[in-house]
Order: sequence, then C-alpha cells, then structure tokens
Amino acid sequence: MAMDAMAVIKQTFFQECEEQLAELEMGLLAIENGDHDQEIVNAVFRAVHSIKGGAGAFSLDDLVHFAHIFENTLDLMRSNRLQPTPEVVKTMLRAADVLADLVRAARDDGDFDDARTEALAQELAALGNGGVAVSAAQEKEEEVDLSQFRPRPIAFNFDEEPAAPAEPEKKTFSIRFKPKPDLYAKANEAALLLREIERLGVATITCDTSELPLLSELDPEGAYLAWTVELKTDADEATIREVFEFVEWDCDLEIKGDAASEAEELDVLALIRKVREAVEPEAASVSPEESVPAKAREPEDRGPVKSADILKIDQSKIDQSKADHAASGPQQTTSRVDRDRLDRLSELVGELVINQAMLAPRVTEAGLARGSDVTVGLDELEQLTRGIQDSVMAIRAQPVKSVFQRMPRLVREVAAMTGKSVRLFTEGENTEVDKTVIERLADPLTHMIRNAIDHGLEKPEKRLAAGKPEEGLVRLSAAHRSGRIVIEVADDGAGIDRTRVRASAVNKGLISADAQLSDDEIDNLIFLPGFSTAEKVSDISGRGVGMDVVKRSIQALGGRISITSKPGQGSVFTLSLPLTLAVLDGMVVTVAGQTLVVPLTAIVETLQPKGADVHGFGGGARVIAIRNMFTPLIDVGRELGYRNEAADPLTGVALLVESEGSMRSALLVDAIQGQRQVVIKSLEANYRHVHGIAAATILGDGRVALILDVDAVVANSRADMTAYLEPNLALAG
Amino acid sequence: MTEITRNVSGREIIAFRIGAQEFCVDIMSVREIRGWTPATALPQSPGFVRGVINLRGAVLPIVDLAARLGFPPAEPTARHVIIVAQIGTQVVGLLVDAVSDILTVTDDIVQPTPDVASEMAKTFVRGVLAVEGRMISLIALDNLLPAQEREAA
Repeated sequence: MAMDAMAVIKQTFFQECEEQLAELEMGLLAIENGDHDQEIVNAVFRAVHSIKGGAGAFSLDDLVHFAHIFENTLDLMRSNRLQPTPEVVKTMLRAADVLADLVRAARDDGDFDDARTEALAQELAALGNGGVAVSAAQEKEEEVDLSQFRPRPIAFNFDEEPAAPAEPEKKTFSIRFKPKPDLYAKANEAALLLREIERLGVATITCDTSELPLLSELDPEGAYLAWTVELKTDADEATIREVFEFVEWDCDLEIKGDAASEAEELDVLALIRKVREAVEPEAASVSPEESVPAKAREPEDRGPVKSADILKIDQSKIDQSKADHAASGPQQTTSRVDRDRLDRLSELVGELVINQAMLAPRVTEAGLARGSDVTVGLDELEQLTRGIQDSVMAIRAQPVKSVFQRMPRLVREVAAMTGKSVRLFTEGENTEVDKTVIERLADPLTHMIRNAIDHGLEKPEKRLAAGKPEEGLVRLSAAHRSGRIVIEVADDGAGIDRTRVRASAVNKGLISADAQLSDDEIDNLIFLPGFSTAEKVSDISGRGVGMDVVKRSIQALGGRISITSKPGQGSVFTLSLPLTLAVLDGMVVTVAGQTLVVPLTAIVETLQPKGADVHGFGGGARVIAIRNMFTPLIDVGRELGYRNEAADPLTGVALLVESEGSMRSALLVDAIQGQRQVVIKSLEANYRHVHGIAAATILGDGRVALILDVDAVVANSRADMTAYLEPNLALAG
Repeated sequence: MTEITRNVSGREIIAFRIGAQEFCVDIMSVREIRGWTPATALPQSPGFVRGVINLRGAVLPIVDLAARLGFPPAEPTARHVIIVAQIGTQVVGLLVDAVSDILTVTDDIVQPTPDVASEMAKTFVRGVLAVEGRMISLIALDNLLPAQEREAA
C-alpha cells in the first residue's frame, strides 16, 4: 500500500513537472521575444526550482544535478548578473529541452542522452562563470548609457530588487511573519520556519501575542500569533524569502533590510538598468535594436518581399497574445479530474440528450396540448439539458496550448537539422477544443510544421538572394470560426513550385500529362497518396509519410485541410476541425430499410439523379454526370451488403461526397430523413471494427443507427471497380 | 439460490433453453437479462451476429446463440430473451429462447463434453452437467464473438 501511495505522489509530481516545463519554455520564449519582465524571469526560475525540489524528494539524482546547474544560471539572470542575450536564451531553451528529456526519462525509467546533458550542463555553467562579464557589445552599450546619465530622483523599491552578490559582511534584516489560518491548515509549522531562519545567522525572535483573544473567543483553527525576527546574516533577502517559499500565500511577510548597507551592495548594472528604465520608460524595456529580436517586428519593413499577404503579424497581435497570457495567469484555480469520470459524465449527458429528444414526440403522441403543464415542463427540461451539455463540453474543452507548446522545440530541432534559421510565431493558443481532438492533433501538426520548415522555407542563401530576411517565419494559429476550430500553418517560404508538383504528379502517374488543372488543383495534388516532391528523402519529412496521411488523419477527425500558396511568398495550410469528437453533424438517410448517418463534413451536395446522367461503366459499375464530370456512383446498400441488386438510381438520392485525395464520388441512398447532431458511440468497445462503418449512434427512437465511413466505402468500391477512373477526372470536379 | 450459504465452494449458473436443449453460463459473467428488441443489422458480419441494440446508451452486439452453436437461426419474438454477459472487457447480448433456471453447482459435477457433440458445439461447450436428470451444457463465453480483425482504417 505504501508503495502505491508513493506511486500516486510520484505520478502527481510528473504531472506537475509537465506543467512546470511548459511554464519554463513559455517564459523563455517570452524572454526571447524581448519581454524582460522580472516576473517572467522569476516564473522561469521557480519552474526549474520546483522540478529540482520534487526530483530531490524522489532521489532522481541526474535530474537534480542538471536542474541545479540550470537553476544557478537562471539565478544569475534573475539577479541581472547575466543578460538574457539571444545566445543565452537559446542555450537555456536547449537546456529546457534536456530537462524535459530527463524528466521523461525519470518517469518512464528510460534512457537519456548522457553526452548531450553533460554538454549542456557545461554550457550553462560556462554562462554562469561568464557571470557579470556580458558580451563586449553590451558592455559598450552600458558605457554609452553611463555617459548620458543624469541624476534624477527616483523611488526605489528595494524589496523587489533581488539582492545581489553576497558580500561576506553581515546585514541586518527585520522580518515580520504573520501566518494566516491556511498556513496551519496546510500542515505547515511556524516554529520550523523560524528555526530555518535561525540557521541563517544570529536571530532575535519575538512573538507578538497582541492579537490573541480571550480563550472563550478563541477559534481553535485560527491564527493569532505573529513573530518579529531581527536577523544578522550574510545571506541575502532572496535566501530569506526562500525559507517562506511554500507558505508565501498563507502568511503576511515583511522583510526589511538595512537600507543603507544594502544599497551599496546593489548590482551596479542592475542599478543602471533601473535608472534607464525610469529615465526612458519606453526605450529601456523595449529598445528595438537590442532587446526585441528583429524577427518580432513586422515583416513589412524587412525588405522588398511583401510577405504581408501570407503572414500578417503585427505588433498589436503580439501584444494581444501577451495580454492573453497575462490574463490567463496563475490566479486560475483548477482541479484535476480523472478522465474516466469525465468521459462517463459526457457519455451520460449524451444519453440525457437522446432521452430527452425521445420524450418530446411521445408527449405529442399522448395527445397533450401544447401549452399544457407537461409540454411547458418539457421545454424547460430541454433548456436545462442543453445547458448541461454545453457545460460538460466546456469541461472537456482545453486550450490548444498543450499541443502548440510542443512545437517550439520541434522547430528548434528541425531548424538545426536543416541548417535553416526559423522563427515560430503562435497565436490563439487559448482557443479551446475538446481534449480528444487535441490529443489527435499533435501528429498532423508536427508533420505540417516539419513540412513547412523542410519544404516550405528556402535555404538561408536563397532567402537572402530573394531579398528576404535570412530567418524564415512559420506561423501557427488557431481560432474559432462558425462552430469549428480553424488551425493555420503558414510559412513565408517560396510557395509551392507548381511546375515541379505537376511534373512529379505526371511522373508518378497520378494525373495524365494533358490534364487541365487550375493552380489550386495543382497545389492540392500534394495531398494525393504516393506524392512526395522531396528531391532526396530527408530525415525530416521524407519518412514515407506524405501529406496524404496528414489529410487522412484530419478527415478521420471529421476535419478538412486545404492549402493556398503564392509563389515567392509562402504557403498556408488551413485545417478546420469540429470542436468535439463526441458529437457529429450528420445526414440521416435510409438505405434498404436501414437508417444510416453520413457525416455532413464529407457531403459536398445532394442531388436527384436523372436518367440521362447515369451511365453503365462495365463490370456493374456506374457513373453519374454531374455538371459534365463523370463521377462514380456507389450504391451504399449494395456496398454494405444490405441488398444484392443495385438500386434504381432514379428513385434514390445521390450524395456527392469528397473523400481522401479530394476524390469525388456519388453515394446512392434511398431517401434522406434529415439532418441532425448525433452522439458518437464506439462499435469497437463491445464488438469490433466493421468495414465501411465509422461508428454507431442512438437515434431519437432509441434504436442504434450506424455512421457511414465514407472513405472506406468509396475506397472499397473503387477496388471493386474493374475500370480505373483517372483521378483527375474526379479532381477537376 | 437458497443453497448459496450451504455450499460455499459451489458456483451459481444461469440455465437457458435453445430449442429443446439446455445450456448454462456462470452467473458471475451475467450482467442482466432483458427482453428482445429488434437489432440494427451490421454489414459484413457473420450470420450469428444479429446486429446491435441500445443498452442504456451502450452499443451492444447481439449474438444469436442458436446460430452460433450450429442450430437454425432463431426467429426472435417478444418472448425471446437477451442475456447480457461480460466477456473479457466487452459486454455482449446472447439471444436465447428462455431462461429456465438458476442453480448452484460444484465443479466436480461438470463432466467433459461427450465425444458425440458436433465440432461447433465442442468449440463453445466447456462441459456438461447432469442436474435432476437433465443435461445442461456449460458454455465457454470466450470464443463467442468473431475474432477481432483489425482492418486498416
């Protein structure tokens, strides 16, 4: 049992590690973007510190060792003894990657790259040894600033300024520590904290009992005592604060240093920085030449190439995303819920919705008048049900941040591998979507980003030759649009080389040499199975996984993908996905007496076949002419084995669907019942996968209806077809 | 039922009829017993899979036990019964004619399947029990569903 409890705690630790790692990376990226807010530096430091602390408790020595070195370097940055130059931040980002690897290795009992860890540990230590010695250029800058220095009265808040290099000389601090009831409730002990303080130097502790009420009025769980400590120590204020680190929120803490002695010890550079900030409030924090890396500026002013059309990034959006970040700060309280419980809850709510839908027609059947108490009550019930459904959806929804956060690291690695310089810009990280969608988004996104860097962006020489900045830009954005989430991956590369794509498609027999294709259709050829334009198979995107796989996995999520490209300016891949996988918009149809649901995302249009348009195509296959395009006509009933003889197309309805590879086909069904949202139920849970069927659902009458797997049905019928229809025939439709 | 306290080492079984024959399953694997409701047919499934029904929100496959055991397929009426059974992690409905008994038996009265039984029956019958002059075949639930075949999605 004890082991179990330990395992649970350990699991929680690793969960928290993931959060800390995310926080760490986000902070470092913000610093890289020129945000030198002390709070961010502190947050980054805290993240590493917490990981180290937890790792220590579980004796994860490798992790502790590395985190310790990392922490030391960050501490230098925190106390302004190490400037966050782009090089420094880049090293730290790589260190964050190593730290993440170490955490995961510890969690999965896996291996990690020893050499890489050691190398980075040394790099970090080297940064630390460099210490105050910042790069020559910066030193010069400081000198210049000194020469322009004019004394001016400024209010200093020394409490906030982390104390600087510890001098051997002792200082006196006056600490007032007043615990709140919560401190005791969380099983902290004031005496232990005070004992810790005593260890730092010579302390005189006095207890303030002035607030202690009469015994009769005393709340046994209240907190009435306060302590004042006069501490003579060679430790700095940060060290003292560290003692109270874990009770920070649960006590009133005041630490007053001996102001005179402390001012002398203040880091001179930090002082200058403070002064500069006060004198030139705008310039100091955002001095565009140094602190804001050039890439964050608008692309427009970076040369003759107007990438504005493809990549619209303006400062206001960056500010907005920062504001978003600030708004979603640490104040939010969250609770962890077991995912099974959540799944069960949303399942039950799905049932509730179905049940409620079943009830309504029964009431009407029972002959109750509209406006009767029962129908009014039923209306209210319906509203409540919808309310519950929306709330549960909201609980399951998560910001796409968790996936987006993995991308900076990917970009760094792919950039290093391809020898390209890349900057990733993300926006809309807080856009929410069902967690099941998020989980299945990581792979396609990873592939698309790799693709954008490997194939989209040009080599640095080519970029410079084209008059673009050497550093390529990849933008990843998410937004809600008409009940769906739209994710875009854009690059400011060369765009799609249509001549090459076309030639390649002809070579591979995907289209005929004389096919008439619009630019858009050529761009979309890259989604065809078996298409890959990479001249040589590279380690990054040429693993036999093409864009067709991306497209299929997006379609499996009920989504669509498209591409727009402008030669010389870049490409944009646009994904549109449903907000949840639990519910699907479907068209309810009848086939051979069976009720089926066809996902609405697959349907392009519906039409009534006319006799003149339907033609036999040998081997029992038929095609239908839709606006002069011959499209295979697939009898769903026959395809699924509900009937042996193909139905008469003239009595049925044809659904024009688009399936993998932008192929269009017409599905013949007997009748359309209507359009509705259905709750998706797995067939595999109690049975197994059925070919041609994606899942099941329960309709208003309580019966199970099957959801058609359009791709599978189309692929199946194509395999059956004796005659091969040229894909371009379908594509051109 | 009343024998539970008396015979601790025994186990309870649910006996049911298919045609003139009696079969049984361990009660521990039975979740509930319910009346027949029409099932939604599943394409590309073996004949003994009648389809799926809605069991309070779960999609429940229905196995026609008669057809599975090699008898003529059942022609279900409102008097037919579905035994909802747990098989591994899955829940499956077994269509049978009627439930006949609940008995407590000990393992030692389970005899090996007689050699005369058909191949089909031998696959699914773990043994036979002689109870009050009746012969009841104990069904092994494990192989009832068709093997999981993962088609590439």
